[in-house]
Amino acid sequence: MPILLERKQLVTPGDLIAEGEYIAGENTFVENNKIYAARVGIVEYENKRVDVVALKAFYIPRAGDIVIGTISEVGFNGWTVDINSPYIALLRASDVLSRPFKPQKDDLPQVLDAGDLVVAKIVSYDRTHDPQLTVAEPGLGKITRGQIVKITPTKIPRVIGRKGSMISMIKQETGCNIILGLNGVVLITGKTLEDEQLAMRAILKIEQESHTSGLTDRITQMLREEKSKREENQK
Amino acid sequence: MASIITRVKQKQITQLIDKEKRMDGRALTDYREMKIEQGIIERAEGSARVLLGKTEVVVGVKIEMGEPFPDTPDEGVLTVNAELTPIASPAFEAGPPGEDSIELARIVDRGIRESKAIDTEKLVIEAGKKVFVVFVDIYVLNHDGNLIDASALAAVAALLNTKMANYEVKEGEVKIKPGYEKLPINKRPITVTVAKIGNKLLVDPLLEEEQVMDARISMAIDDDGHICAIQKGGSGYFEPNQVLEAAKIVEEKAEEMRKKLNW
Amino acid sequence: MNDKPEKLIDKKGLRLDGRKADELRPVKLEVGVISNADGSAYVEHGKNKILAAVYGPREVHPKHLALQDRAVLKCRYHMAPFSVQERKSPAPSRREIELSKVIRESLEPAVFMEYYPRTMVDVFIEVLQADGGTRCASITAAALALADSGIPMRDLVVACAAGKIDSTVVLDLMDTEDKVGSADVPVALMPNLNAVTLLQMDGILTREEFETAVNLALEGCRKIYAMQKEALKTKYVNVSEEIKEEAED
Repeated sequence: MPILLERKQLVTPGDLIAEGEYIAGENTFVENNKIYAARVGIVEYENKRVDVVALKAFYIPRAGDIVIGTISEVGFNGWTVDINSPYIALLRASDVLSRPFKPQKDDLPQVLDAGDLVVAKIVSYDRTHDPQLTVAEPGLGKITRGQIVKITPTKIPRVIGRKGSMISMIKQETGCNIILGLNGVVLITGKTLEDEQLAMRAILKIEQESHTSGLTDRITQMLREEKSKREENQK
Repeated sequence: MASIITRVKQKQITQLIDKEKRMDGRALTDYREMKIEQGIIERAEGSARVLLGKTEVVVGVKIEMGEPFPDTPDEGVLTVNAELTPIASPAFEAGPPGEDSIELARIVDRGIRESKAIDTEKLVIEAGKKVFVVFVDIYVLNHDGNLIDASALAAVAALLNTKMANYEVKEGEVKIKPGYEKLPINKRPITVTVAKIGNKLLVDPLLEEEQVMDARISMAIDDDGHICAIQKGGSGYFEPNQVLEAAKIVEEKAEEMRKKLNW
Repeated sequence: MNDKPEKLIDKKGLRLDGRKADELRPVKLEVGVISNADGSAYVEHGKNKILAAVYGPREVHPKHLALQDRAVLKCRYHMAPFSVQERKSPAPSRREIELSKVIRESLEPAVFMEYYPRTMVDVFIEVLQADGGTRCASITAAALALADSGIPMRDLVVACAAGKIDSTVVLDLMDTEDKVGSADVPVALMPNLNAVTLLQMDGILTREEFETAVNLALEGCRKIYAMQKEALKTKYVNVSEEIKEEAED
C-alpha cells in the first residue's frame, strides 16, 4: 500500500501517513501496520522511511550534544543548569574545577553563580537519570557577553543549512560569531548590539519560515536590505 | 529556558539603560503599543481587554445587590480582585491569591476609590439596607511586564463599559425593570508606573526590565491632574529627588494617554 | 432573564436561538495566543469563550509526585468570576474540581506520557464566558494547546454534547437548554482512533434516546475536529501565503 500523503504536506497528530512496508521515522508512531503523525509537521520520505519534520518540539538531551544553558541553582557539590529541556541538567564541581572538589576551600558561587550562561556538552543521559554536563573541553565554559535567542530545536538544522551554507552566510553578512546549541539556544556575539540584533532577527525569521522554499535567498536579501538602511541612516 | 534572567542579559540591560536606550528600541519615557477593547464579555455587566506590548489583561465587572458597609450606609460598594492566572506565566501557580495579586488588586482599587471614579452615592437603593455592589475582577492572561498599568487601564475601561439594571422599589421590594443605565462614572484615573534601573527612570517596564529594576513607583492621576494614589514597590529604593522627578514624568505621560484615549 | 421559557423547541423544529435539532453553534478556534505558554488555544463556541494554556513537559513539583516511567498530566479547569450570570467566587468549586479530573482523563489517552518520565505537563483552562457546554469546549481547546506545545500525541481530542429538550434529542445544548432540558450528554472523542475518552450524563433518557444522543454528539465532534486541524495548520499556511505574495510584488 502506498504512502497516502505527498511530500511537504502539513499533518496534525493522528493523521494517517502510510500503510504497509514502510519504516516509521521521526515524530510518527505505528498502530496495526499503519504509520501516523505524532506532531504537527511536514511529511518527508526517503526510500522506505517516513518522517514528520515537526514544526514545534522541545529538546530531549542526547549524549555528545553541545548545548547552551543557564545556571539555575548552586548545589552543594555542583550546579543545576536549565538547558531549555523538560529535564534539568547537572554540572559537577569537579568537572569545572578539573580536580576533586574540596568543600572547605572551594567557593562555588565564585566560580559559577545562578544566572550565569554556559556552553556545555552532554556527557550522559538516560530515562532514569538527569543529563550530566561537562565544560572541560576547548570552546566550552562560561559566556560573558552576547545575545541569546531561543528557537524550537528542530529548526537548528535549517539555521545551519546545507553544508553550513545558511549559517556561514549570516555570520558573514552580520560579522557575528554564532554558536548553535542543539537545545535550540543560540549565542550571537558581534561588534555592536545592532549587528547582534540583526543576526537574531535572521534566525527568528528562519524559524518562522522554515517550511517554505527559497529561504536562503530571502534571508540574504533581508540582511542586505537592513544593512543598507542602516548605512543610509548614518549618513 | 524559564523565567531566570541571565547575568549577561542583566548587564546588557543595565548598560543600555545607562545610555538611555532600551532592548526594544524605545525611549525611557515611551510606552509600548497599547490596544484596548471594550465589551468583550457580554455576560459581564462591563468588560475590557488591554494589550500592552505582549502583556494581556482582561477585566470583567459584575454588579449585584448587597448590603453597604456599616460605616458608609449611603454608598455603594466597590471590590477589586486580581488573578495572576497560571496561564500567564511559568512563574504563576494556581491557588489562593498571593501577595503579588493582592497588591495588584489593592493598587488598582486605590486609584479608582480615591479618585472617586464611581459615583457610589448613586448606587444606593435603600440607604443602610440595600446598595449595588460593583465587583471588578482583573484577569492577567499573559505577563510581559507592567501588569499594574495594564490592569488599571483595563479596569477603568471596563467600568466605562458597564451597564446596571434599571430598578424600582415597591413596598420595600426591589423590582428589576427592563432596560439599562450606564454605571455613573465621574473620573477616569490613569496609572503610570515608573521603574528605576541604575540611576535612570523609565516607564512601562518589560518583564526583563522588571527583573533588573531596583524599585518601581506607580501613581494614579485623575482628570484634573491630581495624584490620587501612590505605591512604591520592589526591594530597592528611590532618592527623594527621583521621587519628584517620577511625579513629573507621571503627570506628562498621564496627560498624553488621556488625550489619546479621549478620557 | 429569570423566567423559564415555555417551549425550548417550537413546532417548526427551531430552538430558542433559531437552530435546528442537529445544528452546532458557531465555533471559532485560534492556536498560539499566549506568548509565555508552551502551547495555547482560544475557543469560542456559541457564547462560550475559553482559553487553554500548556506548560511542559517540565520538572515535577513537589518531587515526590514524579512517576519513574511516564510524565504526570495535571489539569485545572477554572471559571472567571465574571463568566457567569451571578458572579462566582474565584475559589475552586466542587464542580470545577470534578471537571478538572474528567477533562484530564479525556486528554491523557491522547498524549504519549511514557516518552517523558519524571516530568509533568500542566494544562490550564480558564473560562472567560460560559453558556453551556464549557467542559466540551474546554477539551477542544486543551487538545489544541497540547498539540501546539509540541508534545507528541496519538490523536487530537474533541468534545461535543447532545441532550434532550422538550421531547426532542438535540445537538450542542446552550445554557438555557441545559438548565431547563431533561438530559445533557457530553462526549469526548479521539477521532482517528475512534475512541471515546469522556462520557457523562445528567438527566433521564431511554436507551434509544441515549443512542441517538451519542451518535449526534459524535457527529458534532467530527465537525469540530476538522476545524481543529485547520486551526493548527493556519499559522503555517498563512506564513507560506504571505511569502508567496511578497515574492509576487
